[in-house]
Amino acid sequence: MFGEYSLSELASIFAMQGFSGLILFSVFVLMALGLAIIYGQMGVINMAHGEFMILGAYVTYLVSRAFGELPHALFNVYFPVAMVAAFLVAGALGAFVEWALIRRLYRRPLDTLLATWGLSLILQQLYRTIFGAREVGVTMPEWMMGSLKLSDTIEVPINGILVMGIAVAISIAVGVMMHRSSWGRQVRAVVQNRTMAGAVGIDTERTDRLTFAVGCGIAGVAGSAFTMIGSTGPSSGQLYIVDTFLVVVFGGAASLLGTIASAFTISQAQSILEFFLSGSMAKVLTLLTVVGILMLRPQGLFALKLRK
Amino acid sequence: MTDETFRPSRRAMMFGGAALGAALFMPKNLRAQDFPTAKVNTTGLNVTDKDVTVGILHSVTGTMAISEIGSVQAEKLAIEQINAQGGVLGRQIRFIQEDGASDWPTFAEKARKLLVNDKVPAVMGCWTSASRKAVLPVFEQNNGLLYYPTFYEGLEESPNVFYTGQEATQQIIAGLDWVTKAKGAKTFYLLGSDYIWPRTSNKIARKHIEDKLGLKVVGEEYYPLGHTQFNSVINKIKLRKPDVIYAVVVGGSNVSFYKQLIAAGIDPSREKPIILTISVTEDEIRGIGGENIKGAYACMKYFQSIDNPANKDFVAAFRKMWGQDMVIGDVTQAAYLGPWLWKMAVEKAGSFDVDKVRAVSPGLEMTNAPEGVIKVHKNHHLWSKTRVGKALENGQYEVVFETKDLIEPNPFPAGYQ
Repeated sequence: MFGEYSLSELASIFAMQGFSGLILFSVFVLMALGLAIIYGQMGVINMAHGEFMILGAYVTYLVSRAFGELPHALFNVYFPVAMVAAFLVAGALGAFVEWALIRRLYRRPLDTLLATWGLSLILQQLYRTIFGAREVGVTMPEWMMGSLKLSDTIEVPINGILVMGIAVAISIAVGVMMHRSSWGRQVRAVVQNRTMAGAVGIDTERTDRLTFAVGCGIAGVAGSAFTMIGSTGPSSGQLYIVDTFLVVVFGGAASLLGTIASAFTISQAQSILEFFLSGSMAKVLTLLTVVGILMLRPQGLFALKLRK
Repeated sequence: MTDETFRPSRRAMMFGGAALGAALFMPKNLRAQDFPTAKVNTTGLNVTDKDVTVGILHSVTGTMAISEIGSVQAEKLAIEQINAQGGVLGRQIRFIQEDGASDWPTFAEKARKLLVNDKVPAVMGCWTSASRKAVLPVFEQNNGLLYYPTFYEGLEESPNVFYTGQEATQQIIAGLDWVTKAKGAKTFYLLGSDYIWPRTSNKIARKHIEDKLGLKVVGEEYYPLGHTQFNSVINKIKLRKPDVIYAVVVGGSNVSFYKQLIAAGIDPSREKPIILTISVTEDEIRGIGGENIKGAYACMKYFQSIDNPANKDFVAAFRKMWGQDMVIGDVTQAAYLGPWLWKMAVEKAGSFDVDKVRAVSPGLEMTNAPEGVIKVHKNHHLWSKTRVGKALENGQYEVVFETKDLIEPNPFPAGYQ
């Protein structure tokens, strides 16, 4: 297969391919973090996760339109503003949904699946009514497009670097919040033993609402970041939901570290297979591997040990 | 919006008549009383002395709504214009719109409802091949008439369907010939979404490239529908260095593909390699963003920028009815042809009966369609020209090539299967 290429050509292709794998890894981490918090910490199967992501993408679209009216220099920096706005809007909707819907279903975890699936349909149709059935084009500032030439033959996409940066920043932020803040302590306490946590004075309802909101907010940020590499349409969220659940379940639901490890494994497997096989076949083999491993280890890669 | 019956408003009829009637299609001023209902409708169809009711069957909800809404809009525009000119055999066209909801069994069920309960003499509808295959038995059992607008993979010829879009060979071969001749391309990389239309199209493309042109295909790849990560295949393309990337990627994947292509340093406007697609109309560019795809070439029969008076009128009327920021893609124009071709056939037959309409359809010629001249072939597809457009930053295509003659539709191409 590679006989006809020179060594330097191959080296640069493999370098770029390695980088593609890392970008895919970052995309998976961004997709899965919000869900890992909601599913892992609260046990809620949020089928509307993709729609929260697309909400973030639509917020980015609106912010880009608003900044388009302003002087050009400002347009170049709209993206960070859009991401903060995406976090706030998606988080606010998340808090509302938790209050109106999810909290009534904590005792019936499987019903959350149906309820949030219904919610995803409602949101999709809502986007369709507000923004139209067609995809919207989110214009990027020029500096965010194109590629960075590292050598004559190695080019890496700038948007890929940005997605990686955002993924790292969000992962660190979540890690710090979970393990250093009082909210994180409360969340972990509620996960381990809800009754006990309540008994020592933790407002478990408030903790749940905040957790759900933060998870949805992170989904919004992910959606905002994905406007750089993907489409923004009413049903675009569906494109991500399967991979997202795959990553979270494979990683072991309750562990953020597991989510990251799982995102790394799946993304590398997929990216390497895609290079040597055709795209559909790569997907088949990746899924088969994941199914195989989950049969041997149903709790996922990393699992919290706790007394039920 | 499952059962919407439409009566044209007087205001809408006035603008339709003023802006288009005279310019586009000369009204014949047929009077209904010259065509008694008992004579023009011997099969119990939904026809009265004053009006005739047809069906519109597309997805306006679900994943496919994004693509199908343009077709619905075009069909409604055509119906309104026909009514403004006096209708069909002196009867106003009314329509019943059903929603296929992007779900193939729903399409079949709604088709049955339109044919059996509503007894419509014709249905404008379907978009994906899957939805067409789902309704096909219903139309054949109940002897209905379907006008199908999408360019598709061919390999079908039903007596109950008229195909107003191009079949695969019409769309593919002229484009490949053009890119070899005008651009000197020698090597091709075929890429597509993983389902029947891209696979059949690339099969035809490969046969043509290898057997007829004697050139080389250096790669062929398919990705699942909805795939969002194309970095790996882009690296493979960089390694193989083809002259042409032949892209048949559809839906949301398109947006990811072009955004990631340009981010990886493959700028379509540098033409190294040339991007040639058959799946990106002006509609799709709205989602992709003109700045991400400018310089790529698309090969189809219609572009909004085609320069002729009929098309200018069509674009103006479409925008007046549906909004000034509307864009019109290939399928939208093909959908617009459906009601007109049906009207022409009905008036030629002097009857709404499906058998008679079908019998007179082959040979019908429309000289002032937005895309130019079209002719109905006896295999129920249309003779049409094929054009190559170059994508511009404003989301439009500039037509850089058009075939001299109309291309004969050939849904079962010998030597290409």
